[in-house]
Amino acid sequence: MDIISVLLILSCLLLLGSSRLSVAIRVVAAQGILLGVLPLIRSMGEFTAGIWVLSVSTVISKSIVLPWLMRICLRNSEIRREIEPFIGFGSSLLCGTGLLALAVWITARMPSVPGKLPVGFLMTSSFFLIFVGLFLMVTRRKALTQSLAYLVLENGVYGVGVSMSLDFPFVVELGILLDVFVGVFLMGNLLFHLDREFEHMDVDKLTELSDVTEPPISGREEIA
Amino acid sequence: MRLLLSIILLPAAAGVASYLIRSHRVRRTLWVVTAAAHLALAVMAAMPPEATAAERWIGLDALSAIFLVLASLLFFGASVYGVGYVAREPIVPRADFEDGSLFKNEPESVFTGGILLLLATMSLAIVSRHLALQWVAIEATTLASAPLIYYHQNRRSLEAAWKYLILCSVGIAVALLGVFFIRMAMQEEPRDLTLTALLGQADTLNHKWLATAFIFMLVGYGTKMGLAPLHSWLPDAHSEAPSPVSALLSGALLNCAFLGILRVQQVCAEAGMAAFGGDLLILFGLLSMGLAGVFILRQADYKRLLAYSSVEHMGILAVAVGMGGLGLFGAMLHAVNHSIVKAMLFFTAGNILSRFHTKDTAKIQGVCSVLPISGALWIAGFLAITGSPPFGTFISEFTILRASVEQGRWIVAGLYSLFLLVVFVGMSVIVLRMALGQSQAARQRESWTAVLSPLAFALLALLLGVYLPAPLADKLHGAAGLLGGLAK
Repeated sequence: MDIISVLLILSCLLLLGSSRLSVAIRVVAAQGILLGVLPLIRSMGEFTAGIWVLSVSTVISKSIVLPWLMRICLRNSEIRREIEPFIGFGSSLLCGTGLLALAVWITARMPSVPGKLPVGFLMTSSFFLIFVGLFLMVTRRKALTQSLAYLVLENGVYGVGVSMSLDFPFVVELGILLDVFVGVFLMGNLLFHLDREFEHMDVDKLTELSDVTEPPISGREEIA
Repeated sequence: MRLLLSIILLPAAAGVASYLIRSHRVRRTLWVVTAAAHLALAVMAAMPPEATAAERWIGLDALSAIFLVLASLLFFGASVYGVGYVAREPIVPRADFEDGSLFKNEPESVFTGGILLLLATMSLAIVSRHLALQWVAIEATTLASAPLIYYHQNRRSLEAAWKYLILCSVGIAVALLGVFFIRMAMQEEPRDLTLTALLGQADTLNHKWLATAFIFMLVGYGTKMGLAPLHSWLPDAHSEAPSPVSALLSGALLNCAFLGILRVQQVCAEAGMAAFGGDLLILFGLLSMGLAGVFILRQADYKRLLAYSSVEHMGILAVAVGMGGLGLFGAMLHAVNHSIVKAMLFFTAGNILSRFHTKDTAKIQGVCSVLPISGALWIAGFLAITGSPPFGTFISEFTILRASVEQGRWIVAGLYSLFLLVVFVGMSVIVLRMALGQSQAARQRESWTAVLSPLAFALLALLLGVYLPAPLADKLHGAAGLLGGLAK
């Protein structure tokens, strides 16, 4: 389990430092496999049918179907790289180490409950995943990156669940997985339309609806 | 149990069928019939006093019974209004009102299927008594409603749908962490997240974990409920969605997220931490009311005006629940009133929009002379939503004010009244200017589907102001009792 935690942390650092969107998609897919293995390890060799189903469907949805969808979105658009994020890639990595420190600090301060506290390394790396997901969501421009960031965030939440050794009923676990899957799937669908309507996927230019500033003359200056 | 399952499965099955049915007439009939059947089932399930509350996974207590019947009633109104709405929508691409670009609606089958699935997921969110199951259902409501917001496939609705999907999904992911933390707070068997188990061992819950869980769930579900400062998606989504959907989003869906917060507050109250959660709720609530007031004052778009008014009313609910005691009864009554009035206002706004082809308040005058019924409803709705007598909202808002005075919370009472006044002034200027005056547009006969639902809801809101039926009052008191009861 510790190996998986380390790999998860490394994958996040890779996400923070790379500008190529295809690399980012591949990294998130790899995270899906790592998370899919977790329930198998957690069950300590007692594999029930439910655990297998959960594990296999996690891998299929998070590391095969969704990355495939993202890849199609990427191919249809003209974008290959994340250009000019609000915080540069080098500084992002630096922020990443800060976030890692924050994750360590938080997990160390968790109030302990006698009798059950598997707060371990996995908890730290899961919180790191959550922070990185949020960080990517606010600092990157492309809508595609935002949906990837949401997936990273959800992966982190899932990891926290595993490291607290929560055993939800099978239906609920599957429901959570299904929600995440459909959510990202819908985002992928909207991405197609975003690309077609606005000729770009920059979320910071989605400003037609706002009360705070005067709406600009839409994003049309790009087409002209 | 079987009744509750049918409440969830009936709209789900009808929703799936809607995707497949080709005939418009059959699909629209199915929509209305499903809505009517759902309402009948919901009333049947809600009538017996606390009959199924002992169920583990799904069940109805007074709290969920109120929200279930309310959601079902609104959905029925929206279906009657909605079949007329989709029938009037042109099929061919047309120019956008505001920026002139061409757009085409989503296929009607996708729309009807989505709205029925929204009803199914909302029903599940309301009746589930397992906190993780409730989380699954609330997230599912987001997913079912995002395509509905994108019904008019133009740039603005796309932007709104994207923001809605991203912000609510992230918010709800945070709430899932909260659900995990509640599980960590449990120290006795059975450690499943059913309300029965949680309330049963409330005395021994670990307070530190429970407090953390409350904060996470408040922020998470608060995003979906539209509490400031997490509300930024709400005006966009509620103004760009087609009007029957806006009515459901404001009147029924916000309540589902509110119920998510109420459940954890219920656990907190049982564990003797009502004041901790209450103070946070009051803070968020007052912030929402104040912020909504500011944006209502300088609002140029009447659907956004209604959306901000929803933010304000969610704030009122949060303040009322936060105070506890008499405020709880006020909150329950206010939730009922707000949903009915807000749905009626969104229906009316839809009528105005389809006649005047603009959402800009400055460009509209003389609604009363062009659309006599909708114009009258627009003024009545404004009076009702700002809590003027003789509407039900007056009683509920006054009850909440009385609760704050009785508890000696003078600052809360002062700010609460101030914000209500600001909203009243802001809305009156805009609404009256729109409704009165002269218009060049010719008087138009209004179709009965467009005015029937808002008329019925307006009468209901008026009725609740003068007479509170005994069964409803019982449920409201029961719900207030569940949340910590009368003043402790």
